[in-house]
Amino acid sequence: MNTAEKEAYLREYEVLKKKGKPFFPYAVFKDATMMAITAGVIVLMALLLGAEQGPKADPTTTTYVPRPEWYFFFLFELLRVIKPPELVPIATVGIPTMCMVLLLLLPFYDRNPERAPWRRPVATVAGIMTIVAMAFLTFLGASAGSPTEIELEVAPQFEQGKQVAAQSGCLACHKFGENGNDGPGPELTEIGSKLPANAIERTLVNPSGIMPEYGNLPPEKFESLVAFLASLQ
Amino acid sequence: MALKLPVPAALRKPSKPGERSNGAGTNGAGTGDGNGKAGSPVVDTVKEGAIDVVGWLDERTGASPFLTGLLLRKVPKGTNWFYTLGSATMFAFAMQALTGVFLAMYYVPSATDAYDSINYLTNDVFLGEFVRGLHKWGATVMVILIFLHMGRTFFFGAYKYPRELNWVIGVVLLILTLVMGLTGYLLPFDQRSYWATIVAMNITGSGPVMGPYLADFLRAGSEFTATTLPRFYAVHMLLVPGLIIALIGAHLYLVVKLGTTAPPWLRADPKPKPLREEVVGPASGNGISGNGRSGNGRSGNGATRADEHDRESS
Repeated sequence: MNTAEKEAYLREYEVLKKKGKPFFPYAVFKDATMMAITAGVIVLMALLLGAEQGPKADPTTTTYVPRPEWYFFFLFELLRVIKPPELVPIATVGIPTMCMVLLLLLPFYDRNPERAPWRRPVATVAGIMTIVAMAFLTFLGASAGSPTEIELEVAPQFEQGKQVAAQSGCLACHKFGENGNDGPGPELTEIGSKLPANAIERTLVNPSGIMPEYGNLPPEKFESLVAFLASLQ
Repeated sequence: MALKLPVPAALRKPSKPGERSNGAGTNGAGTGDGNGKAGSPVVDTVKEGAIDVVGWLDERTGASPFLTGLLLRKVPKGTNWFYTLGSATMFAFAMQALTGVFLAMYYVPSATDAYDSINYLTNDVFLGEFVRGLHKWGATVMVILIFLHMGRTFFFGAYKYPRELNWVIGVVLLILTLVMGLTGYLLPFDQRSYWATIVAMNITGSGPVMGPYLADFLRAGSEFTATTLPRFYAVHMLLVPGLIIALIGAHLYLVVKLGTTAPPWLRADPKPKPLREEVVGPASGNGISGNGRSGNGRSGNGATRADEHDRESS
């Protein structure tokens, strides 16, 4: 905005403000009503939905699939779109950081003096598309469900390893047949044909990228997990 | 009947020059309502006592010009329900602070005791689960309100001159709120918290340049250890809330100083048409008559007039 536009805005604002009403009681009344509604909604949610407590945190037996709070779902979903390991930091850090910087600097690169949404179509469309994209990703993240079961057919000696894999949160990032999330980790349906057992073992103990370590599983569970993964061909 | 509140002279709307001043002067502060009605002596004494206290405070703080400026400042024409989202967000934050204080009375921020303390709080403490629920769902409501508030600001173009700085402060507040969500998620210390935090820390650590250092700072080391939980707790209940309170203060200061925006569809008409003048006159007259429903009636009128004006100008 140049100086003339700034002055024009301030003048116009001054007029509109003069025509307005005092903050108290008019705006205060609306604010208080909205606050009461907010309090009511929170109380209702607390009463109806409660606050359940899951099983105690246990770093050794990872029986829980990590899922973020719902407002991080869109970020979580973004992770699954970008699969190559060398690009994962772009999804995890790069895109969110870039979005935040874009958001932070919005008033500095959007120099259009117009304010009504229909007189600045680019900004309006960009805003709506951002909202739609975030809503869509959040929906995908929410509907992914809590994957704790693997339905692949395996030989009886690998059943225990399948249980361990299902309960250790692998499905949060890996796909096994029809189950699990397709990313950020690679699909593991045929991992045995790509990696030998000792390579799988090394990856579990010393994973790359954002994957948590599984070397601290009890030895029996760990071995059955490796055997199960190596059997997938 | 109109109940006259014992507002001290200093807090009343200043009378226009030439008008008879209504008990002005701090000394004679509000001895009478000016209408000569005699109340019971007890009521009068109480009223005068309250007025004296307010007057005493005002004489020493000089707060009344500030308060009148704050409360009686005009909000622009067309201010509607969308403008309540910011204060609702602040209210949600206040609720989080309040319920957080109660949770902190029982919570033990140690890796060995945290889970049991939450368990005790949930199952044995009177209303414990309810307060936990308020805190948990309050966070969700606060995040939703922030996004709605931000959406309003974006689509109304309210981040433009002269309010750019307030937008920047708002985005920082959004980031801090998300940090609150992230750090608070670990505190119940169940499986869900633990593993989500492990992943979140690994993600943080994969960031360029600052990432590994930030992750190490949050974890208190390169691994998740017993010191991580107290660290998250300190960040969650001292560091970030302190920053949020300070920034809300700055945010509000700028809102009061710069004023809230008018809806973008309103245009100030340099030459108002006589017709509209006639509509405005009686409507504002009604509002001042001070019956209990005036708030509703007025806001309804305001919206209608704004709509009319919208049609005229577009």
